[in-house]
Amino acid sequence: MNMQTAITMTAAETALVDAYTAQIGELPGEGAVLSARDTLLANLRQQGLPTRRVESWHYTDLRALLRAVPAFDPTAFAEKVDPLVPGSSVLSVLNGKADTKNLPAGINVRSYAESLIDGVAAADLIERDQDDVIGRINGSFVRDGFEIEVPEGTELEQPVEFQLVQSAGQSHSRFPVTFGANTKATIIERHLSVSDAASLVTVVSDLILDEGAEITWIILQQQGASDSHLAQVNFDLGTNAKLRLFVINAGGKLVRQEVHGVTTGEGADFKLRGINLLGGDTHTDVTFTLGHDVPNTTSTEVLRNVLFDRAKGVFQGQIRVAPDAQKTDAKMACNTLLLSDDADFSAKPELEIFADDVQCGHGATVIDINPTHLYYLRARGIPENKARAMLVNAFVDEIVEELEDEGLIETLETIIAAWLEKHA
Amino acid sequence: MLEIRNLHARIAEDGTEIIRGLNLTVKAGEVAAIMGPNGSGKSTLSYILSGREDYEVTEGDILYNGESILELDPSERAAKGIFLAFQYPVEIPGVATMQFLKVALNEQRKYRGEDELSTPDFIRRVKEAAAKLQINPDMLKRPLNVGFSGGEKKRAEILQMALLEPKLCVLDETDSGLDIDALKIVSDGVNALRSPDRAVIVITHYQRLLEYIVPDSVHVLYKGQIIKSGDKSLALDLEANGYADIIDAAA
Repeated sequence: MNMQTAITMTAAETALVDAYTAQIGELPGEGAVLSARDTLLANLRQQGLPTRRVESWHYTDLRALLRAVPAFDPTAFAEKVDPLVPGSSVLSVLNGKADTKNLPAGINVRSYAESLIDGVAAADLIERDQDDVIGRINGSFVRDGFEIEVPEGTELEQPVEFQLVQSAGQSHSRFPVTFGANTKATIIERHLSVSDAASLVTVVSDLILDEGAEITWIILQQQGASDSHLAQVNFDLGTNAKLRLFVINAGGKLVRQEVHGVTTGEGADFKLRGINLLGGDTHTDVTFTLGHDVPNTTSTEVLRNVLFDRAKGVFQGQIRVAPDAQKTDAKMACNTLLLSDDADFSAKPELEIFADDVQCGHGATVIDINPTHLYYLRARGIPENKARAMLVNAFVDEIVEELEDEGLIETLETIIAAWLEKHA
Repeated sequence: MLEIRNLHARIAEDGTEIIRGLNLTVKAGEVAAIMGPNGSGKSTLSYILSGREDYEVTEGDILYNGESILELDPSERAAKGIFLAFQYPVEIPGVATMQFLKVALNEQRKYRGEDELSTPDFIRRVKEAAAKLQINPDMLKRPLNVGFSGGEKKRAEILQMALLEPKLCVLDETDSGLDIDALKIVSDGVNALRSPDRAVIVITHYQRLLEYIVPDSVHVLYKGQIIKSGDKSLALDLEANGYADIIDAAA
């Protein structure tokens, strides 16, 4: 971390500190919650936003990139939209405020504001490490979200959709979710923007998967072209727990999605599948760390990135294997389709292996459209622009197909096709 | 239907001249075989007809139904009815075979100002054509050509040809990599498409394919030129005596 105190605060840093002073009376929680907030804000003020000199922020110089922070806008209006998958239980957070009407049955749900008010949330409001700027900002300002417990043995037939709709200003939300033993569920974390006004959205999701839980968690980020989106997913996988995490970025101006996990039970399996559709002037960063902490756990990570225009993309992937985590099997791949001379992508894999009987691998590729593929499609009467779109789609569709749920696959394919049509 | 006049063409990247003054006329309803030793320019000719941009035409013209096609891109030529069955069909991961067939069919129809096919109509056509070529429906659920055997790929090419109903079919060594049974199925597929308003150009090394797809004319391509033309007996001569005599006579 940069140990020098920022001498002159940037406009964004000043705005954050001022916002805290203005907001603190409004934010839920007292006592331990309030003092946790104060500590986080004091650290933010003292450390400032990270620059490229901070290793984990090297490719995303937040201090330079976060030029401004919009003020909280209590008058902003947003409303619920239809769920991605018909029949889903929707838990919406509208401009940072959880809608607690019609909470779904079968799972234990309450708003995170309640957790802040009764003080249970105080334990959440900590930093992962000294570079945890997302935890710091989110913890200082968090107002709402949902706290969920899925009881042991529950199999949810329909997805639960966390629907975060933002129209302006800032929102800071949190989603602690505990999946009991042998639960099965699909969770969709969906980020939408319903206006052109710039927003700052931070979100932290803390997932605990007990023994044998099998969970699919899909993050679909479709914020506006002037929005900043700072997000973090933390997970802990128990014995034989399986988590499939799909991250789809298809919006936002400045985006950092962090994913941090540990396997704490043998037989745990983690899959990360990422699609980054990057166009315009976006800067989108997916930063991933996974600790294989016990023997016999597995993980695979596959990212497919498509870049147009002046887009910048980053993937940092770190896999750590603890000294006694024998028989770990971990594979990481980052494939990028660069479709513009002005776009760029940085990939940084890191393997830290302290056990000797493990399989770990990583690979990164950067490619253009295969001209032979393009020619073949055109030779069958498909015009060049359409043929190109098909091939770009094919590049990311291999990931979507892994969802194995026809309805969900079709919905995501439609979103991806619409994005490509707009940007290609 | 097709008239190639004094065609000269080279590889765009390094300027190597491959086609050197080629003349060829193929009429509607005709099946023309093009034979020739390795490196004579057979595959290059098929790519140039399809509009592949790796080759440059430097002289001469290609007339299709009386109009030059040199300025048309590959998709326009295809939509106008020119079809190339590839010697090495391309595997494209992530593109579903059925989706590809549907987009190709409908894009061609759109270009010609015809209505798009309804999904049930499309599926019925594919099923019928696939059954005739003894193509397992499971194959069509896979990504385009991915994991297909050599024979399956060639059958998939003929399936595309049957569905797209082109006017000029160019078969580039469709017999290579086929066993006798597959050769028979593929040939039957091609013969079923023979009609008075359709022309077929069969590019092959061997007389064997021409026993199944009997040509109306046979042309010998050597060093980028047609050096001899004849009827189907020319193919038998070549099989018996090789190319040497004809090459010597032309020199």
